[in-house]
Amino acid sequence: MNLGKIHKDVAVVGAGMTLFSRRLQETGKEMSWQAAQMALDQAGLTLDDIDAVIMGSAPDAFDGVHKKGDWLIDGAGGVNKPYMRVYTGGGTAVFAPIAGWWHVASGMFERVLVVCEEKMSSCQPHAQSAFAHIWDPILDRPLKPNLVWIFAMEMQRYMHTYNVRYEDIALVAVKNKRNAVGHPCAQLADPDITLEDVINSEPMALPVRRLDISPPSDGAAALVLVSEDTAYELTNEPVWMDGVGWCIDSTMWTNRDLAFPKFVARAARMAYEMAGIKNPREEIDIAEPYDPFDYKELQHLEALGLADPGEAAIMTREGKTQRDGELPVCPSGGLLGVGNPIAATLGIKVGELFWQLSGQAGARQVPGDPAVGVAQAWGDLMQFSSVIVMRRRP
Amino acid sequence: MNNRDVAVLGVGYTNFNSVTPEVNWKELMFEAAQKAYQDAGIDPRTDVDSFITCAEDFWEGFSIFDEFTPDQLGAALRPMHTVSGDGLQGLANAYMQIKTGLFDIVVVEAHSKISELLTYEDVVQLSFDPIYEAPLSKGVHPYYVGGLEMREYLEATGTTEEQCAAVVVQNKRNAFCNPLAEFEAQLEVDDVMNSRYAFDPLKALEIAPRADGAIVFVIAGGEIARSLTDRPVYVEGIGWCSESPWIGSRSSDAAYVKRAAQMAYRQAGIENPQLIDIVEVDDQFAFKALQHLEALGLARPGEAGYLMAEGAFGPQGQRAVNPSGGSLGCGHLMEASGLARALEGVLQLRGEAGPRQVEDALVGVAQSWRGLPHGTGAVAIFSRRE
Amino acid sequence: MKETVKPRGKPLSGEEMKQVCHVVARPQVKYAWAVGVAMSHFLAGLKQGKILGRTCVQCERILVPPRMFCERCYRTTDEWVELPGTGVIETFSISYIDTDANRIKEPIFVGVLAFDGAPPHSGIMHYFGEVSQDAIHIGMPVEPVWKPGGERVGAITDIKYFRPREGARPSSNSKRRKRG
Repeated sequence: MNLGKIHKDVAVVGAGMTLFSRRLQETGKEMSWQAAQMALDQAGLTLDDIDAVIMGSAPDAFDGVHKKGDWLIDGAGGVNKPYMRVYTGGGTAVFAPIAGWWHVASGMFERVLVVCEEKMSSCQPHAQSAFAHIWDPILDRPLKPNLVWIFAMEMQRYMHTYNVRYEDIALVAVKNKRNAVGHPCAQLADPDITLEDVINSEPMALPVRRLDISPPSDGAAALVLVSEDTAYELTNEPVWMDGVGWCIDSTMWTNRDLAFPKFVARAARMAYEMAGIKNPREEIDIAEPYDPFDYKELQHLEALGLADPGEAAIMTREGKTQRDGELPVCPSGGLLGVGNPIAATLGIKVGELFWQLSGQAGARQVPGDPAVGVAQAWGDLMQFSSVIVMRRRP
Repeated sequence: MNNRDVAVLGVGYTNFNSVTPEVNWKELMFEAAQKAYQDAGIDPRTDVDSFITCAEDFWEGFSIFDEFTPDQLGAALRPMHTVSGDGLQGLANAYMQIKTGLFDIVVVEAHSKISELLTYEDVVQLSFDPIYEAPLSKGVHPYYVGGLEMREYLEATGTTEEQCAAVVVQNKRNAFCNPLAEFEAQLEVDDVMNSRYAFDPLKALEIAPRADGAIVFVIAGGEIARSLTDRPVYVEGIGWCSESPWIGSRSSDAAYVKRAAQMAYRQAGIENPQLIDIVEVDDQFAFKALQHLEALGLARPGEAGYLMAEGAFGPQGQRAVNPSGGSLGCGHLMEASGLARALEGVLQLRGEAGPRQVEDALVGVAQSWRGLPHGTGAVAIFSRRE
Repeated sequence: MKETVKPRGKPLSGEEMKQVCHVVARPQVKYAWAVGVAMSHFLAGLKQGKILGRTCVQCERILVPPRMFCERCYRTTDEWVELPGTGVIETFSISYIDTDANRIKEPIFVGVLAFDGAPPHSGIMHYFGEVSQDAIHIGMPVEPVWKPGGERVGAITDIKYFRPREGARPSSNSKRRKRG
């Protein structure tokens, strides 16, 4: 790998997202169109200006549509254009923009549109039914697993290995659901939620309780990416994608160390090296790690090098990860507060960093004029991670 | 665009067979990958910067097939991702990744284990729009759309059914010279014409049979490839395009190929496609080969059928088309069909095509179509640069 | 303060959802996956009441579940070995939901165990039984409870569950087995 030899720098110049909601009347195509239109409007562009379109969407099983990417083309604005769908499970949210990055950084395209959508409510009786098919058909599926099991087992191992208390983990859910109050698209914002609410919510697969989990959701989000050649023609406030990284671990999840996500650390190392970040704790102003479960935010902060193993829980307890803390984490409200339409969480990870770093985050704005942020997503069978470092240049 | 060039450093592949019960998909991919790394002279655990696999969940029977891909390619704890597209679209991503300057060596894999899908027609049916199109297709084999599109093509271009049948005759004959192929046959146009109408005017023998198989490409920056091999084949250009997903809104002239070809030719600096020596087009249906040849600018509209029937695209003709036998001869490999077309281009340009070797081949084109009911395809240009 | 996110989309209540026009379809999809070389042996072993692993002499691991290639070394694995079948709990969950997220009264005890005789992290997911919520813990030694020979079909469910192993020392698998 030749870090530091990138052909073209890539900037985000527009972003958009729909409401995240348990059920939306709009179809996946309609949501995609809404989000894409908002991103184009913000960039001051029309679809005619776009050279290529990148689509992110998680399992086809949610929609029961085979080759879902080809089906969503018209909603995403990809008709008669080079159109590409990339797919890394939940990691797609931060991976689709990475694919957008190489479309532009290669010099192949000047302006691209990245659209991510998820319509989970089409899957009946519950989106969980689609997840039954993510397990190994020989080893796992005969045991009739539920997706939550795997997180419960990982959380248990994490707590055991690093001596982390459940109460500190639950504080992440409280923080993020409160942060989401400032987000106009939020599904589960709750200004009054308390630690007791989380601790007393009904057990799902212990140690995981209902309020430790982000909700299934419908929604879409979009970004416009352009090269260094035209970024300043479109805006005075481009936000640069200075580092990208991704990594996948072995399929054999029962052979992995479940306490520390090494694949996240590898993806982060790639992105940091590319962005020239030597000390992430000193240099990162905002973090948007993937938080589908509260303990995941902590595990991810540790693998991102923003805390030592086991330390993220203490930082949370001490309030350091609050919006006005030393290291604001998930100022958007995260998946726990805004909702979890898998790939569309692009809008609260990369989208949020764009808005925060360009000073457009409204009620959610992190104080102190943040300049550098890291967004991360995670997916597949707890094995894939994508990381983007974003920067506002002085 | 970045003027760093991109080359094929190695290829690996399994045989293409109608059934492969002796191995699972991981073992099938492992075989192709091992051969590709040996061919490229690299160790995937240390030398590869990024891995790409091309797959669709419903072909495989998983909700997130990406999970089940890294180990057999040597990609555990390395950058790897899935492209929900065909092998040439995967190659396009590898091409772009190398052009960023960040990556030196990228691996692209595509495969088919379609024999394990017991309800193929139902899965194809699931790719129709569930609200408008699927209810109209209830209880009908989804390939009827192939019949609709063939009739439209014949009407628009004056191509005859016999000319379409000639594609089957040629490709199944070509397959005799390809040890990977399983569907070789000695047929005459009459045999094809007399095979039953599957979807009038599309006949049973004009539909490519399905096959299992895996193909792996190792792609590298030109300077890396030149340092590691004395027979690099360059990717001179690559384009891809998707038309409207609506069956009623699509062109009859494979506009997705036209646009993808324009993009690829521009990058490759090809002004006259007639200078291309080796042509591998998608032939999931016989008429598609003709339509695609015209969209690539290798024949005028309505002319490809005539040229095909005259033998102009045969082994002794003016230009070799599908010397591999195409999907009609090798079997349709789902998302790997495009890489199978590219594989033939690479073997020919390296001079490793054995009894079907085309003399003095310098430039080749491979073209893919993702299949019904969509209009998505890609075009890649290869050369060995004298 | 500048706020550029303008929410779009029409949320529906559960009641409205029922009123909105729907197209209902149930995908008809069936697959017959070849289990492959490695898993064929493993499943045949289960039928005989044996846990089989594959060795990789390069990284000195015993791979359970077994595979014909080592993903770490990227080489063909070497030979079959039989493991004693006992192990320790690496992690566990007590689940009050079933596979479709329906609530269940009697919780399921499920987890990952690491097999004795193999290096750390060599294990599988399975159920745990004959153990109480208070007693189950990480590091607990367990042993398989097999279905009777005649009922075994060559599936992971040939093992009913793993139960606590009386009198076993809890750290029996933590030592890395050295191989020549």
